[in-house]
Amino acid sequence: MSVESIPVASSRRRQSVDIRWATVRAIYMIWRRDLVRFWRDRTRVIGALVQPLLFLVILGTGLSSALRGAGGGGFRGGIDYTTFIYPGIIGMAVLFSSIFSGMSIIWDREFGFLKEVLVAPIDRSAVAIGKTLGGATQACIQGLILLVLAPFVGVKLTPLAVLALIGLIFCLAFSLSAVGVAIAARMRSMMGFQFVLNFLVQPAFFLSGALFPLSGLPAWMTALTRLDPLAYGVDPIRRVVLGASGVPGPVLDQLSMTFGGHVVPVALEVAILLAFGLVLMLVALLNFRHQD
Amino acid sequence: MTQNSVETEAVVETRGLVKTYGKVEAVRGIDLAVRPGEVFGFLGPNGAGKSTTISILCTLLRPTGGQALVAGIDVTRDPGSVRSRIGLVFQDPSLDDQLTARENLEFHAFLYDVPRADRRARIDGVLEMVELHERAGSQVRTFSGGMKRRLEIARGILHYPQVLFLDEPTLGLDPQTRNRIWAYLHDLRKREGITLFMTTHYMDEAEFCDRIAIIDHGSIIALGTPDELKAMVGGDVITVATREVAAATDQIRRIFELEPVADRDSVRIEVPEGATFVPRLMRELTVPVSAVTLSRPSLDDVFLKLTGKAIRDEGAGEMDQMRNMMSMWSRSGGRR
Repeated sequence: MSVESIPVASSRRRQSVDIRWATVRAIYMIWRRDLVRFWRDRTRVIGALVQPLLFLVILGTGLSSALRGAGGGGFRGGIDYTTFIYPGIIGMAVLFSSIFSGMSIIWDREFGFLKEVLVAPIDRSAVAIGKTLGGATQACIQGLILLVLAPFVGVKLTPLAVLALIGLIFCLAFSLSAVGVAIAARMRSMMGFQFVLNFLVQPAFFLSGALFPLSGLPAWMTALTRLDPLAYGVDPIRRVVLGASGVPGPVLDQLSMTFGGHVVPVALEVAILLAFGLVLMLVALLNFRHQD
Repeated sequence: MTQNSVETEAVVETRGLVKTYGKVEAVRGIDLAVRPGEVFGFLGPNGAGKSTTISILCTLLRPTGGQALVAGIDVTRDPGSVRSRIGLVFQDPSLDDQLTARENLEFHAFLYDVPRADRRARIDGVLEMVELHERAGSQVRTFSGGMKRRLEIARGILHYPQVLFLDEPTLGLDPQTRNRIWAYLHDLRKREGITLFMTTHYMDEAEFCDRIAIIDHGSIIALGTPDELKAMVGGDVITVATREVAAATDQIRRIFELEPVADRDSVRIEVPEGATFVPRLMRELTVPVSAVTLSRPSLDDVFLKLTGKAIRDEGAGEMDQMRNMMSMWSRSGGRR
């Protein structure tokens, strides 16, 4: 080894790093790292689609047959059940992917990589923001992959609808990733993982309106569904998807989220979703700032 | 600013450093001054306060009392500036093993704002130094423990730090790999003029340092060059291996009026002239002796002398096991 092989010696040592810029760079790097890992772990990407597909194909087909047999004319407003749950299944894929991507911080902590970021001359809020955006991007891609199934469930998507869906899915993915990061910010091991899955993720899925309309439910359940952030993502996605496949407005309204009998506008739903996500990201961010 | 007016050339300095956890005093008033370009060893058994001290110096922990300056900057007043001037090699791995060696270094260079024009050459340079340039494109999960540690050292110096902190850099590595790591570290100091601050509980490694502080129960109990510390033992060390430690201790005390130190199955004696003492010892001892070793004092003896107990090699066993379990679980589908 020659002494000259390292290009720079002590004379080039920089004085200081601008923390604000370093933080922005760190957010970008954390996001990019998540995507590199996502791309590298393609078996996981495909594996994550299995559960949504099972729901869509088997539960969807089974229940639409049963419903047809029972009363004829299919589901409410004559919509095929598989078509009805398709937007819910997109929401499901986004839900699981977001929460688990956000919670991958626990792995980063466990396997030490988080330490490399936490000791860098950056503001630690970069971890919360970078991981939330990374998780959101991954979950968004998962959700969008499911859009290719649209023709098989009788949905014809227009380019405009696809654009709207990308936006909606990203908002949903962002909020749910923030949930995952906020949960993981305080967890030191995967011990609580099963708990989170059973007590938060599964109930959030079942209460979201992914599998049945949120109108005409018992009062206790109506209250719970209105507290479910996923519900504010599934509903607008459903309106866009069903709207694109030609379901008339009045029928759509019948299936939609309501507050005290009034249909909630999509803009308000998105605002609620984003506000929720931002609050949780703030929680996660403060958590990372104040830990040793 | 006060931190600039400090009259010292020390690159790492602590005054009356204290860290308490509730009622437990992990660090109780440590004073240190590490000179630029020095290899400074921090030696002590597990739980002595080494890692706590190094964590304070790296701004990962806040001291309860006292002051710590790194590169002349107070670690509590401006942790960001301290962080940008130091490099760290942790006791536990902190690499992303799904990324390649080069990607890990790129991530770090970007995080520490190594100038874009320099980045590539610098990364190639450090990879070459630790002889990993041929594996630059391999994912880190395919690396051995020694390779990972080398990569961490390369990463630690990537951003031209003034001080490189190494917390047990050779823990859990086989002797051959340990020696190689040491060769890299000395090479590094020669080329980069970097200050190395390291903790270890391997006595033989402490001898590679310019100066050593021995720490026990949160306080420094001795500080000096390896030779100075060895001189504290004064003379040669004779180790008598026997099954009857108590009887042997008693006899040596009675017959030679010496103060032997008893271990589990051996007795240690310090004498000025070992070579002439051994025959006398053998004549007088009546307990069965299985072996006698005569040696020049090592830092082990210094530690034993100062604390009355030997430093034992305790691996990172538990932590490693847990990590292995976690990785098995995550592979077998704990994660969707």
